[in-house]
Amino acid sequence: MKFGVVVFPGSNCDRDIAYVTQELLQQPTRMVWHEETELADLDVVIIPGGFSYGDYLRCGALARFSPVMQAVVDHAAAGKKVFGVCNGFQVLTESGLLPGALVRNRDLHFICDRPALKVERTNLAWTQEYQTGEVITLPIAHGEGCYYADSQTLADLEANHQVLFRYHGDNPNGSLNNIAGICNSRGNVLGMMPHPERAADPVLGLTDGMRLFKGLL
Amino acid sequence: MAVAIQRNLEEDWTEISMTLQYTAQIYVTLRPSVLDPAGVAVQSGIKQLGYENINQVRIGKYIQLNLQAASEVEASDRLHQVCDRLLTNPVIENYRFDLTLQSPVPTTPQEAGV
Repeated sequence: MKFGVVVFPGSNCDRDIAYVTQELLQQPTRMVWHEETELADLDVVIIPGGFSYGDYLRCGALARFSPVMQAVVDHAAAGKKVFGVCNGFQVLTESGLLPGALVRNRDLHFICDRPALKVERTNLAWTQEYQTGEVITLPIAHGEGCYYADSQTLADLEANHQVLFRYHGDNPNGSLNNIAGICNSRGNVLGMMPHPERAADPVLGLTDGMRLFKGLL
Repeated sequence: MAVAIQRNLEEDWTEISMTLQYTAQIYVTLRPSVLDPAGVAVQSGIKQLGYENINQVRIGKYIQLNLQAASEVEASDRLHQVCDRLLTNPVIENYRFDLTLQSPVPTTPQEAGV
């Protein structure tokens, strides 16, 4: 599987993603500068975490207008895979590839933690290496990770089983319906606030994130 | 009817000779259903200062910009687009704006007084 990791000015988790796909999983991986527009050679496009454009105006609001994003939208429209982690999730909601929005954490603090997450659905490539209902641990590090959508959108998300990961036990940021990660209705675009790439190498102590990447191979 | 004729005359005239310069003041506010923890924190701070009977604090954004257009309708339309596409996230925010006409931008030497 060929992976592309989009790099905006201010992205800082790009190399961690590439470390997992290139070094740990030996998959061809290239970095995609935000001004590039050619993604046709890629299977999975990943938008990493960080502070693209300094989080100016709103997190991910300016990144969505970078030249690469039209190609990302086309890539998704063609049914190919797009994965947004943390700031990447924010970019995907701002660009309309995923519904809802990410707003300031309920308690106003930037939170670094290792919450328990429940894997809600496992019949997609993203989660097929997990068990349905399995509780895993992934790190989070964000100040604006509270998922918001209006009641109709939330109802649709639940009815269509688009919630893939939910905070289990404690909700660290106030996300409605404890939503930690969702996919689009077609299932080829995933966005999540936790960082699976930081839970892949055993040296770091957590490894529950590796199975998300393995499911894509 | 009279207003429409007036506007057409104004637009013809501006098309022929001038671009209008506007200053826009845009107020971006959270939709009522969105939780505003910052507003809650500020409200509690106001209370701690000793001020009673101040509540429902919601914090938004103010954006100011200049734009040039042939008419107020054109300025307004363009600004709505910019607000909808970039300045606000319609999922969580509402907005309103005020447009203030500055002096017209001269486009001929005579108008510039040269």
